[in-house]
Amino acid sequence: MTITSTPGGTRTEQPPATGGRPGRARRPRRDRVVEALWGYAFIAPIGLGLAVFYLWPVLQTAYFSFTAWGAFGGHTWTGLDNYHRMLHDHEFGQAMVNTLAYTALGLVSIPLAIVFAALLNRPGLRGVGVYRTLFFLPVVTMPVAIAMVWRWLYNGNYGLINYLLSLVGIDGPNWIADPRVALYALVAVGVWSSIGYNLVIFLAGMQAIPKEYYEAAQIDGAGPVRQFFSVTIPLLSPTAFFVSVISVIGSLQLFDLVYVMAGSGDAARANPAFPRLETVVQLFYDRAFVTNDRGYAAAIVMVLLLVIIALTAFQFRMQKRWVHYG
Amino acid sequence: MAEARSRRTGSHFGVHTVLIAASLVMVAPFVWEAITSLKSLTDATHVPPSPLPGSQWSNYRKVFQLLPFGHQFLNTLLMALGRTLGQVVLCPMAAYAFARLRFPGRGVLFGLFLSVLMVPPQLFIIPQYQIMSDLGWLNSLQALILPGMFSAFGVFLLRQSFLALPKELEEAARLDGAGPLRIYWSVMLPLVRPGLVALGVLALLWSWNDLFWPLVVNTDPDKMTLSAGLASLQGQFQTDYPVLMAGSLLASLPVIVVFAFLQRQFVQGIAHTGVKG
Repeated sequence: MTITSTPGGTRTEQPPATGGRPGRARRPRRDRVVEALWGYAFIAPIGLGLAVFYLWPVLQTAYFSFTAWGAFGGHTWTGLDNYHRMLHDHEFGQAMVNTLAYTALGLVSIPLAIVFAALLNRPGLRGVGVYRTLFFLPVVTMPVAIAMVWRWLYNGNYGLINYLLSLVGIDGPNWIADPRVALYALVAVGVWSSIGYNLVIFLAGMQAIPKEYYEAAQIDGAGPVRQFFSVTIPLLSPTAFFVSVISVIGSLQLFDLVYVMAGSGDAARANPAFPRLETVVQLFYDRAFVTNDRGYAAAIVMVLLLVIIALTAFQFRMQKRWVHYG
Repeated sequence: MAEARSRRTGSHFGVHTVLIAASLVMVAPFVWEAITSLKSLTDATHVPPSPLPGSQWSNYRKVFQLLPFGHQFLNTLLMALGRTLGQVVLCPMAAYAFARLRFPGRGVLFGLFLSVLMVPPQLFIIPQYQIMSDLGWLNSLQALILPGMFSAFGVFLLRQSFLALPKELEEAARLDGAGPLRIYWSVMLPLVRPGLVALGVLALLWSWNDLFWPLVVNTDPDKMTLSAGLASLQGQFQTDYPVLMAGSLLASLPVIVVFAFLQRQFVQGIAHTGVKG
């Protein structure tokens, strides 16, 4: 049943073509008032919660970013001071560079997830459920626990990774404490733990591609690899676009992994690689809740918000170049 | 024909090889975690490392001595259940209203809900912390639960489910004289159960694993959650890796067990967030 949309209005519902009763479309005014009241009643509980704990706080944080906080609470308006300070704050600059690098490198997860999803999507393949479960395991495991395990695997002296490398004659670095490799070590864990999540989304996207396309390609003599590039990839591009948007947003907010792997406070700062590991959110945590410099912390997350908006807008602009909507 | 089949199994052999290799990379850290958790510290730091677990079960007891693990387990459980319950009760109500009821300002209100979804959570945290501090609720269970009960994501997810339901059901019920509350509770809500279960499972997972908010709001070890408790060990006892591995394993085990039973709901929930229609 298709309903032709009436120009410019949703007020009148057209009766369905098959046996609708005429005159039912417009219900009495009293009914509509009752419906509206129920609408507000249904929304009220969560609406109040979101207003108090989410919407109002955003405005407050924006306001706080223009203030300086005293050691014992209380804040004074200081205009753009926090933002000026950020321009000259070397630690903030480095944290931002790290975060952007982590975000860019983390995108490797997408092609990897697509390849594994394509392998799992082969008709007649057995054990798909088992593979999917194994890939998904890191997604459900507590990030703090994951970070602990990888810290241990990365240990320069007793870690399994360096032991395995030594078997093939490579003298591995002290991964998390070596400024040259620390960021890459972190990226590897991020990719490892996000592949399963992306894979599930891509697999769902692939299963939505009509079989006819593959049959047609097969008739034209395309093998599996050719089909992957000519059918799967273009038709999957909207999904890939979505995944890249949420991956970028997620990576820009990285905290848990670094907080555990790099640590925080003075102990962490003793690590020579710490400047290469610290992320923007970690710096925010430190300023807001360790050094109680809340005005500055608020300014830091305001800038993070701007970066997220900018990168998301950039991706939306770029999508014309590579996303095919069927 | 026979040739085609052998070619297919042949290529599947290659596919399986790649997938098995990748699966090993996914699983090996967990296996090594389990093995290490049963070693003594001396064995764990021995080079070359032994692939055998050893039998140091006391590491698991030590977790309870290092941390108020029982308390933290209970805190985490109550936080996860409280948040999940809040979400599965509150989200479908609003989702139903946005999908099915007409009222002035619906579009604007839904836009406001969506905007919450798009703002990074760190923007809420300082004021949320202030609220808890002003109420005297730092280091309390309600502080852990409260903000997490309200999920814009849940409303969005379930709105999609409600939108997919046919209109006729509602109209039939209305003709039978059912009011909006009755239609919601007896007709529509049961029909979105798959979406509701997916939301519940995701809420449970995200709450259990959440770190930032619990870390900030509850700093008393007895009031911490498992993730914050474990994180607090880092640095302090960094040399006793077998105990840390035992703790990590214990803390993540409940979710892994739930995942084993509710796999489809996890996957559905995730896939729902990513795919239109």
